Amino acid sequence: MTTDTRPADQTQTLEAPAAADEGWRRRHLLDLDDFTVDELEQVMAATDTMKEVLSREVPRVPALRGTTVVTLFYENSTRTRTSFELAGKVLGADVINIAASGSSVAKGESLVDTVKTLQAVGADVLVMRHSRSGAPYLAARHANCSVINAGDGLHAHPTQALLDLYTMRSALGDVRGRKVVIVGDILHSRVARSNMWALTALGAEVVVCAPPTLLPAGLGTNTDLPPVRVETDLDRAVEGADVVMALRMQLERMHGGFVPGAREYSRRYQVNAERLARAKPGALVMHPGPMNEGVEISHEVAHGLQSRVEEQVTNGVAVRMAVLWLVTRTGARGGIRAASSRGAL
Amino acid sequence: MSERLLISGGRVVDPASGRDEVADVLVEDGRVARVGRELVANGARVIDAGGLVVAPGFVDLHTHLREPGLEYKEDIASGTRAAARGGFTTVCAMPNTEPAMDTRSVVEFVLRAAGERAAVRVLPVGAVTRGRQGAELAELADLAEAGCVAFSDDGAPVADATVMRRALEYAGGLGLAVIDHCEEPSLARDGVMHEGWVSTRLGLRGQPAAAEEAMVARDIALAQATGAHVHIAHISTRGAVEAVRAAKARGVRVTAEVTPHHLTLTHEAVAFGAGGRAAELAYETNAKVNPPLRSADDVAACVEGLADGTIDCIATDHAPHAVIEKLCEFDDAAFGISGLETAFALSMRLVHDGRLTLAALVERMTVAPARVLGLGRSVPGIGTLAEGAPADVVVLDPEATWVVDPQRFASKGRNTPLAGSELRGRVIATIAGGRVVFEHEGELMAAGGTRG
Repeated sequence: MTTDTRPADQTQTLEAPAAADEGWRRRHLLDLDDFTVDELEQVMAATDTMKEVLSREVPRVPALRGTTVVTLFYENSTRTRTSFELAGKVLGADVINIAASGSSVAKGESLVDTVKTLQAVGADVLVMRHSRSGAPYLAARHANCSVINAGDGLHAHPTQALLDLYTMRSALGDVRGRKVVIVGDILHSRVARSNMWALTALGAEVVVCAPPTLLPAGLGTNTDLPPVRVETDLDRAVEGADVVMALRMQLERMHGGFVPGAREYSRRYQVNAERLARAKPGALVMHPGPMNEGVEISHEVAHGLQSRVEEQVTNGVAVRMAVLWLVTRTGARGGIRAASSRGAL
Repeated sequence: MSERLLISGGRVVDPASGRDEVADVLVEDGRVARVGRELVANGARVIDAGGLVVAPGFVDLHTHLREPGLEYKEDIASGTRAAARGGFTTVCAMPNTEPAMDTRSVVEFVLRAAGERAAVRVLPVGAVTRGRQGAELAELADLAEAGCVAFSDDGAPVADATVMRRALEYAGGLGLAVIDHCEEPSLARDGVMHEGWVSTRLGLRGQPAAAEEAMVARDIALAQATGAHVHIAHISTRGAVEAVRAAKARGVRVTAEVTPHHLTLTHEAVAFGAGGRAAELAYETNAKVNPPLRSADDVAACVEGLADGTIDCIATDHAPHAVIEKLCEFDDAAFGISGLETAFALSMRLVHDGRLTLAALVERMTVAPARVLGLGRSVPGIGTLAEGAPADVVVLDPEATWVVDPQRFASKGRNTPLAGSELRGRVIATIAGGRVVFEHEGELMAAGGTRG
């Protein structure tokens, strides 16, 4: 557990676009499945502001001074946790990192009790990563503080989808009518699920591509799921694409009988130069990381001119700053402040 | 002690005799003494059933009473009180207790405990295999002599096909059925809900309908090969219903039950709750049950199957759990719904929707389940209002509406996805062996006595 209480730079302020948080009503960020276009635009606009902050000589503003952000990670994730931690610190929040294995969780404390405890000690925002789908929803139901889903099981990873969206828009302008191909283990991918909601809400043409064993039930046919097209042939899928996003293929899936093995998988589903040539010239290559180079993506494409992988990581900090800033606009509080304000809620 | 009771002026629905008319039911010495018009019984306590339905007490083939060993979830006293509140006068107690009901001594314990503190009749179902481990047969003949009315490893299937074959042969020789929880484990794997668009939406691992259908098909093949009787527990998919229908047409000795929740709720209840679409995903652990709530098409097939007789009866699969076993991440939550106290009202949706007649519903909750397991051999007249039958009677108001409040359950298990739902159909009184064991708005009688 580490705490950073350095005072934020008082000389600089966050110059948010006028009323960027106006009408923002979400205390929690659990998924993007019910986000309106306006809400997505609002996050994008706030991210622009945060990008500007990050470009400053001293990238620190006191916007969240006095706010306590707790990252509660039941799964390891250096990338996402660090990104949230940095986002909080840039905004002047106190950030406390809790790895579930090093806490009372390991002693069998229930999720609900853990959340209530963290809130009681003063957490205003709980950033949560959990291996169980839906766990942040359980936390949110029992919390007065804000809950941000930093990835839950196979279900959702909204900040990843937001940073993907921001990265695409930085290069393409608008995603409306753009063809985005998501290729890989769709069945087990929370990144794909959240991306499908956000991209289709903004009018992108989304094609998901995977072997039939890695496609979830009902996708592409059921109208209660995002309106995407399902394709099992990657060569056909990438035809004319504006964006090609490869997903991580976890080793255990290789051995779990979902695919015959890494060799056949990479032959059929690797994003490589030859396949990328079928996409639009200059099409963006993206990956949520960490990459298995040589499996779902070739080394040369991963690090080639069209790759936006590093930019995704950079944008991740700005997007998470935007999200932290927006959810704290709603006045959700932990600790004594929660207790004293509860009567008014 | 039982009293003399005159249940007067109700619409008596007794499917075994085909009776469906306004009549009085006279109860004496714990038995149905007479059913007829304008009976006179001086000194009898009169229960005015005018405008209500009077039917045989319900028979549940599938109840988890949790005792011995899991009394924190339920015990014989609380579970049978819940049964009484739900209109059930007989419950078949499933053997997945701790220890499992796989020896005479455990059966005797349950029967003795039931004799001391059960509100309604308890008929034990013995384990098929030792410790419900699926490997070696339990001492089935000894279990039968001790009072078991069937065998099941419920909670799990008898996964090994040869063990199932032997179990059917051996149980068949005793004239008893094997009840199988049909789930091919290598297909169901670690699925926590039905595989379909809702599991995709929620990112939860799904159990395909084929996991149930493959095991039902296997059991039908084994029943056909052995000539023995297999009873399919809690059937839930269209494919399974169609397989049973075809097997019955061929003369295979297969029967099936369906739960009220599989007749009325779909997998959408997991995402949005049973009451309709909420704004935020519910991950409703109280809708986590095995077999899982299925698609609307599966539900329709179950209703059709129940209506046409392919599915013989309704059974609750009453599966009470402690609060903390549901107040947790969905993957970690226990499977099961506490169902005894909502079974009748929830099933009444079929009657109110015009998909089943009231008489057919009563039949599938009384004489039909009794017939499935041949319970009349141990309890002559069970599930009927025949003269001389045990005075197991339920008084029902098919029209009364109420809102489910699990805090008012007699069951220790408050785990129902129906909390806050309005149901139409209510149990007004339950009489078991001539004793009033439940009265709506009245005090629940202790197992040992009655009040006049």
